[in-house]
Amino acid sequence: MPTPEYPMARESGCPFAPAPTVRTMTREEPAGKVRIWDGSEPWFITRHADQRALLNDPRISIDEHRDGYPHMTRGRAESAPHIPPMITNTDPPEHTRLRRTVNGPFMVKRVEALRPRIQQVIDSLVDDLLAGPNPADLVQAVGLPVPTLVITQILGVPYEDHAFFQTNSSKTISHESTPQEAREAGQALGQYLGALLGQKMKDPAEDVLSEMGARVAAGEMGYEEAVHMATAILIAGHETSASMISLGTLALLQNPDQLALLRDRSDDPKFVANAVEELLRYLTIVHTGIRRIANADIELHGVTIKDGDGIVFDLSGANWDETEFPGADRLDLTRPARQHHAFGYGVHQCLGQSLARVELQVAYSTLYRRIPTLALAVPFEEVPFAMEGVAYGLTSLPVTWSA
Amino acid sequence: MSLKVEFDEPKCVAAGQCVMVAPDLFDQRDEDGVAIVLDDSPSPDQYDEAREAAAVCPAAAIRLVEG
Ligand code: HEM
Ligand code: SF4
Repeated sequence: MPTPEYPMARESGCPFAPAPTVRTMTREEPAGKVRIWDGSEPWFITRHADQRALLNDPRISIDEHRDGYPHMTRGRAESAPHIPPMITNTDPPEHTRLRRTVNGPFMVKRVEALRPRIQQVIDSLVDDLLAGPNPADLVQAVGLPVPTLVITQILGVPYEDHAFFQTNSSKTISHESTPQEAREAGQALGQYLGALLGQKMKDPAEDVLSEMGARVAAGEMGYEEAVHMATAILIAGHETSASMISLGTLALLQNPDQLALLRDRSDDPKFVANAVEELLRYLTIVHTGIRRIANADIELHGVTIKDGDGIVFDLSGANWDETEFPGADRLDLTRPARQHHAFGYGVHQCLGQSLARVELQVAYSTLYRRIPTLALAVPFEEVPFAMEGVAYGLTSLPVTWSA
Repeated sequence: MSLKVEFDEPKCVAAGQCVMVAPDLFDQRDEDGVAIVLDDSPSPDQYDEAREAAAVCPAAAIRLVEG
């Protein structure tokens, strides 16, 4: 069999399932290879147990500056040499040090303290949705604004700048933007965040930018690094949460028994929390593989991954690995799913995971309870999927309800 | 039989997974979110929580020793 190209296309009939080749390789070829955009052939690791072992193995590295690192795209390969050391491209112990400087606001108790505010945000978006035209696009009405409004709170963006912030952050990630529009919006946000950081250093408040400002002033973090980090937090936390809200809704509409279960038990926090884990597993929106490079020879399933070899970990493979999740192709909100890899695994596991969990718990427990008649406004086959990003999602989700 | 929680602090990446599944056994330090062990000798009814915390920790910073 020739080395398969990666990322692979999904089957058009089942857009939620990983590409068939991913599932075959999980079963039959646990240490195979794929060919990526630059023609190189990194190792391809899809089994849950193998990902657990390797993603915590000190012999693998995320140093994207090293030759042979399997970059996601040409653009990422070209920008890599210009990116300063950050949590996304360093290994322990440097990674541990950097991550601890930005972690404070993402702690479980700090995020839990935001829950009432997040509930208000979602309630008022649902109010607006119900008061507006029917049918409506759930991506624009709820999916995109939730993470923006939440992140403005966390970063400490003043209220009068919300409109600017919202327009530009949506443009950077919306699948409806042209590459040029997305780039310009990204630059405008970078400049904005840089200026705001300067302001917060003079006049600190209780927010992430003020905390980073204090670290810049104390010499623990460079100014450029802080701006890069703020932008990274914004982007990493935006598209992902937005996708999960819209795609999760679509998946539930396709599984009415599960939707009914979630609606009926939306006041049971434990049930809702597990439902979020199962939707994270089932959808595994980060679908272009997380990337590493070997720093030493590693034996695995009878082959040797050599020092300097690239490695791609497909998270959907692990999350649909039948050994770990029997009947993986079924969305089952009652199955224990917490050990999924939707947030990755190992030291780089998602920084924003607690925040994402609260956003999704509030969104899923509110939307269907408040709009029990929510339904698709177009046939399922016509819902436009956006498959090309790091996270897959929907360009729009036309929904309707009975008044 | 008893169960002891061993915590390898330098490995902790402060993701807070342990706090989420075992809030009686773990907390996060206010400055940087690094885990704090509240109780390193869980009672038998907390063994499941302790085991789950060790299993979900993405950095393998939590070990349980049976004695
Ligand atoms: C459902 C929503 C989300 C999903 C599925 C998701 C997924 C992921 C995954 C798979 C990784 C690991 C990348 C790797 O190991 O190479 C990651 C890392 C990261 N995520 Fe998320 N994420 C989500 C939400 C967020 C939010 C809300 C934020 C921040 C506000 C965020 C910030 C980050 C950052 C900064 C990293 C890099 C951590 C490191 O390298 O140490 N993410 N995310
Ligand atoms: S789960 Fe592990 S890495 Fe995360 S806070 Fe607890 S001990 Fe630290």
